[in-house]
Amino acid sequence: MDVKPTLFFFSQRRRIKTVESDSDQWPAGKSNGAGAGDVLEDDPIGKLKVFVYEMPRKYNLNLLAKDSRCLHHMFAAEIFMHQFLLTSPIRTLNPEEADWFYTPAYTTCDLTPQGFPLPFRAPRIMRSAVRYIAETWPYWNRTDGADHFFLAPHDFGACFHYQEERAVERGILPVLRRATLVQTFGQRNHPCLQDGSITIPPYANPRKMEAHLINPATPRSIFVYFRGLFYDMGNDPEGGYYARGARAAVWENFKDNPLFDISTEHPATYYEDMQRAIFCLCPLGWAPWSPRLVEAVVFGCIPVIIADDIVLPFSDAIPWNDIGVFVAEDDVPKLDTILSSIPLDAVIHKQRLLASPAMKQAVLFHQPARPGDAFTQILNGLARKLPHRKGVFLEEGEKGIDWNQGLESDLKPW
Amino acid sequence: MMKSLLPQSQLRRSAAAAASAAAARSSGGASGGGGADGVSSDAGAGGRAPATSTFWFLLHALCCLVSLFLGFRFSRLLFFLLFSTTALYSSTSSSSSSAVLRATTTTTTTTTTTTTTTNTFTLSFAAGSNPPPSNPSNHSAALDDAAGHTQSHVVVGRHGIRIRPWPHPDPVEVMRAHRIMERVQEEQRRWYGVKEPRHVLVVTPTYSRAFQALHLTGLLHSLRNVPYPLTWIVVEAGGTTNATASLLARSGLTIVHIPFPDRMPHDWADRHATENRMRLHALRVIRERKMDGVIVFADDSNVHSMELFDEVQKVQWMGAVSVGILAHTGTADQPRLSEEDKQNMPLPVQGPACNSSGQLAGWHTFNSLPFTGKTATVVGEAAPVLPRGLEWAGFVLNSRMLWKEADGKPDWVKDLDAVGENGEEIENPLILLNDASSVEPLGNCGKKILLWWLRVEARADSKFPQGWVIEPPLEVVIPAKRTPWPETTTELSSELVDTKPDQEDRRLSRTNRSSRSRSTTKRKEN
Repeated sequence: MDVKPTLFFFSQRRRIKTVESDSDQWPAGKSNGAGAGDVLEDDPIGKLKVFVYEMPRKYNLNLLAKDSRCLHHMFAAEIFMHQFLLTSPIRTLNPEEADWFYTPAYTTCDLTPQGFPLPFRAPRIMRSAVRYIAETWPYWNRTDGADHFFLAPHDFGACFHYQEERAVERGILPVLRRATLVQTFGQRNHPCLQDGSITIPPYANPRKMEAHLINPATPRSIFVYFRGLFYDMGNDPEGGYYARGARAAVWENFKDNPLFDISTEHPATYYEDMQRAIFCLCPLGWAPWSPRLVEAVVFGCIPVIIADDIVLPFSDAIPWNDIGVFVAEDDVPKLDTILSSIPLDAVIHKQRLLASPAMKQAVLFHQPARPGDAFTQILNGLARKLPHRKGVFLEEGEKGIDWNQGLESDLKPW
Repeated sequence: MMKSLLPQSQLRRSAAAAASAAAARSSGGASGGGGADGVSSDAGAGGRAPATSTFWFLLHALCCLVSLFLGFRFSRLLFFLLFSTTALYSSTSSSSSSAVLRATTTTTTTTTTTTTTTNTFTLSFAAGSNPPPSNPSNHSAALDDAAGHTQSHVVVGRHGIRIRPWPHPDPVEVMRAHRIMERVQEEQRRWYGVKEPRHVLVVTPTYSRAFQALHLTGLLHSLRNVPYPLTWIVVEAGGTTNATASLLARSGLTIVHIPFPDRMPHDWADRHATENRMRLHALRVIRERKMDGVIVFADDSNVHSMELFDEVQKVQWMGAVSVGILAHTGTADQPRLSEEDKQNMPLPVQGPACNSSGQLAGWHTFNSLPFTGKTATVVGEAAPVLPRGLEWAGFVLNSRMLWKEADGKPDWVKDLDAVGENGEEIENPLILLNDASSVEPLGNCGKKILLWWLRVEARADSKFPQGWVIEPPLEVVIPAKRTPWPETTTELSSELVDTKPDQEDRRLSRTNRSSRSRSTTKRKEN
């Protein structure tokens, strides 16, 4: 059957109306996923109210003023979420009627000269922020934070460390145990993913991606595409630690395979190449998530996710099983067999789903916000958790959070 | 991080050595402890009985020898075999045996493919710094109990790099992948490409002159890149010439070469009029032969973008595109523009103008006021050549519009016979219409400029080799310096340059008796 999808929002080309029948029109904005598409289109306005705490500048703006690179790296979602909430219609200035409370603390804004966030002060900043709101407003103590949400976009979320072993040792910051964490990290049965967390995509600059769009009629001639490290020479030159050996396995097995366009180069045409590829590899790195997933969805390249037990962003709204291909890390040596054996119809079906504008919007943090974008999906996620369960409000005499729990170094005031 | 684990790993290595020695004995001597592991075993073995120490020494020697051949990966393999099976593949026993299999294959391939040359020492650190395998399950179990999760089977720490025995492409799979790519591309064409590509009929008036080869070659290359079926209708003023015909024949395109009886005049006003009549003649030929397709007027000196040909596929009956006008001045003298002229200078674009609802509202034309009095009158003059009103190049026709009988031909199209009969000026294709408002604006309502109009010509009397082939070969009138003629003696100094040719000629005439071809001894005409 002939289908002709309408081009998505940020394409500049408009078509002259031809006399072709309208029955050929691609249903605009609808995804063909099994039922999940409806959830994508939900509008959170009117379903929840969020109160934004006024924090002293040292928690957010001063950190940003020190280093403006925070606005461009993949952890920038926390800053943009704050800016979005300040001007959103779901914000309320009356905390009594609020369903959710948001604390703007930019914990990943402490950057090294190279631009990597240092996690060492982040737990102290967060703890100090929570202490501040607990002392200034009564709403934290009412529920011990169960109706509060925080953004933790760092590698292992609220475990606040980039090395997995250390992050697992630390565990989630004790004061945040009852709160809802909105984080990019998601792995099943992992200590750094707490129940009730909302997984979000990492930040990728939408304008930069829009600027590199090419004609969608350009034939997709690359079978598998990947650009990035296989061996992290600085920290793990032998391989085996980085990406649990999966990336190194990809390299060793497929470096001379002409179907696999994989290398460590940084080409200027990275985005354009993704639009000419059918499959884009999204293997884990030090952490299971990466902005590659967002880029693959935006550019219509089927993501091949190689990360065991990963929890993907907005999994209740985006049908990742229908869109992407999941490959177990153990099956990496058979990747070419797996990908070439996917039935043709399945590939076309996945491409059709990916072409849906709603899907592409849902993983992007647009500035300014657009309907259906990632901010909306976060609010939808929060709205779906309403009304709060009975256990949210602390009864008389019920023990609250132990403020002295946690690592010694985290208890230092900030 | 590695260095800090040094003391820890020493302990681990000795433990590993003991364990590996046990394993070595049990696995039938095929594998021994890693070479470096043997080092620490010496330290541990200090207090043993002499017999045992000899044994350890021999074992150590054996391990060193084996490591010599298999390399440092050997100890790592052993460690992997021993400990990884329990932790990593605890799910099923079958997977653990396959893990062993994989591990053995790992050895055979990594030794040949590895490029890093870290020594055994470093390796042991790495192996050692892996939390001992019995521990991770305990460790994570303890943690998980605290957090209340079930144990994840994804374990933190070092994993092996899985490489299959023959990591090269399989031809059957490659073919399957290509089939997937073909299917995807076919689907892309169906969605985003043009539904039924229409034939393109390109009408070009030309005539033989110095710059013809330049212009036609450029146009030829543009047309060769058009992805649609194309017919190039070339109308040549002064009748068809071999030069033009041979140029066209080399193009590989479908050509219709039509002679036009009149010669091309030498001044621009008349040339424009003649070109217009040539185009009309081509349109009549299209009508006679009932050629079907979209008619594009491509003048030989214009430059066309590929998007133009994509855009013209959309035309219904008559469309207009925006043309960039390149008014080339030719001399260092720019036309003096006053300040207000510069401010009022509109864009050098000719094309349709739309109102806010996307309907045709009018036309942009090139403002030639700043150039009045300074334009070229004669072809080849060094002064700007300007378009007059609306150029044909900016219009696109559906050839069915010209046919006598065509389905759906609108009534605002005049019959072709009625046009140009009385010798009136045919300025632009709008003359073919009764009602000019039905023209479709193309290229995003004229916002995108899809081609550029340019007129560059040499003087009409410029000489150029016929067909751009040097025939007959040029005569050599100055003898080459390096030809082995009889020595020029030392009298011939460099200052006597002007007398030199005479002297050489004299010498040449003397040696003329030798067998030299006459053409090399011709005197230079002074």
